[in-house]
Formats: sequence, C-alpha cells, structure tokens
Amino acid sequence: MSKPTRITNSIRTLRFAHDEMTQAQLAQRIGVTRQTIIAIEQGRYSPSLEMAFQIAQVFKVPLDEVFQYPDGEAGP
Amino acid sequence: MSYEEKGTWVYLVTSAGAYAVYLAIVLGRVLSTPVAEVSYISVLLWTTGASIVASIAGRVLVETARPSDSHRSDVRDKEISRFGEHASRWFVVAGAGAALCMAMARWDYFWIANVLYLGFVLWAVAGSVLKLVAYRRGL
Repeated sequence: MSKPTRITNSIRTLRFAHDEMTQAQLAQRIGVTRQTIIAIEQGRYSPSLEMAFQIAQVFKVPLDEVFQYPDGEAGP
Repeated sequence: MSYEEKGTWVYLVTSAGAYAVYLAIVLGRVLSTPVAEVSYISVLLWTTGASIVASIAGRVLVETARPSDSHRSDVRDKEISRFGEHASRWFVVAGAGAALCMAMARWDYFWIANVLYLGFVLWAVAGSVLKLVAYRRGL
C-alpha cells in the first residue's frame, strides 16, 4: 500500500476563519463525504488536483495557501 | 465511519461467516463420507445465497442503528474500492489456476469446486481487509 501523503494542509484553520465552517458544509460544497474531508485534514488522503482546486475555491485563496509540500522532498 | 466503510465491514463479516458455516458442515461430512460422495453443492449454494441476504440485511441494520450522513460513494470510496479489489485479485487468479491444474490432473469435482470457492472467499476477505486498512491508515 502507498505510504501516507507528505502533503500538509491548512483546511482546519481556513474552515475556522470562514465562519467556523463545518466539515459537513465543506464536504457538501465539493461533493464528497464528511469522512473524506476528515481524512484530508488528517493527512490520510491526498485529494486529486481537481478536488484541491475546488477546496481552494471554496475558501477563495490560492492553492498553496491550502496545501503545502515540504521543501527538498520532490523526486528527480 | 462512512456508508461504504460500514458496508465493507458487513461484507467482510458475512463473507467470512458464510464460509465458516460452509466449512463446518462440509468438513463434518468429509469425516464420515468418502470425498467423492460428499454432498456439498446444496451447502455451497445455500451459504452463498445466505451471505448475500445477510449482507443486505446487515447493511440495513447497521444503517438503522448508526445512520450515515450520506449514502453516496465519493471519489475516495471509489479509489479505496479499486485498490482493494486490484490488490486481492491474485486470490481469484490463484484459485482459477489451481482449479485448471486439478481439472487437467482429473481431480474430483469436489476439490475443484472447493478450490474455486476458496479463491473467491479469500478475494472477498482480503479485499475487504485491505479496504478497511486503507480507510483507517490512508491510501
């Protein structure tokens, strides 16, 4: 099985900054289950690029304000 | 726990349970009857049918006791489902390969049917376990 993702995210912080949006509300906005939002927030699931953009659009911020990747971890 | 994850638990329990019942009945008969004369077909069909019915009933019961937010599967559910079925498919391949070799060697139908059944059960059980691990630990 693939190892857990190295991608980190600020979804939890962004949710609270947006009128304490619940995981269920965010899930409904992008058409996934609440469990998928929980898995993304906890780093147990890497969303597709399309889903990542959808999440960024909900918060009206650039993609790299939602998702971060550690420096020096990119492959060749 | 999502609707699909609960369904995976139910499928795991019913698949393994049905096979355990089948084994208990057929092994009891094997001890007292020559293998070529063991009546296994009706037990195999009944336990397979019962596992399907139990799986549907179990899913309804689980949803009644602990309703899910949504009954739709999303992209993560589909990815996990594909992963589990892809990784466990080798049990079906191994079962079919073993059955082919046994047929060419003219083994009794009892063994050929049972190795195929075992392959399907292992595929179902291993696939469910892998899906549950993916739900819990990540994909």
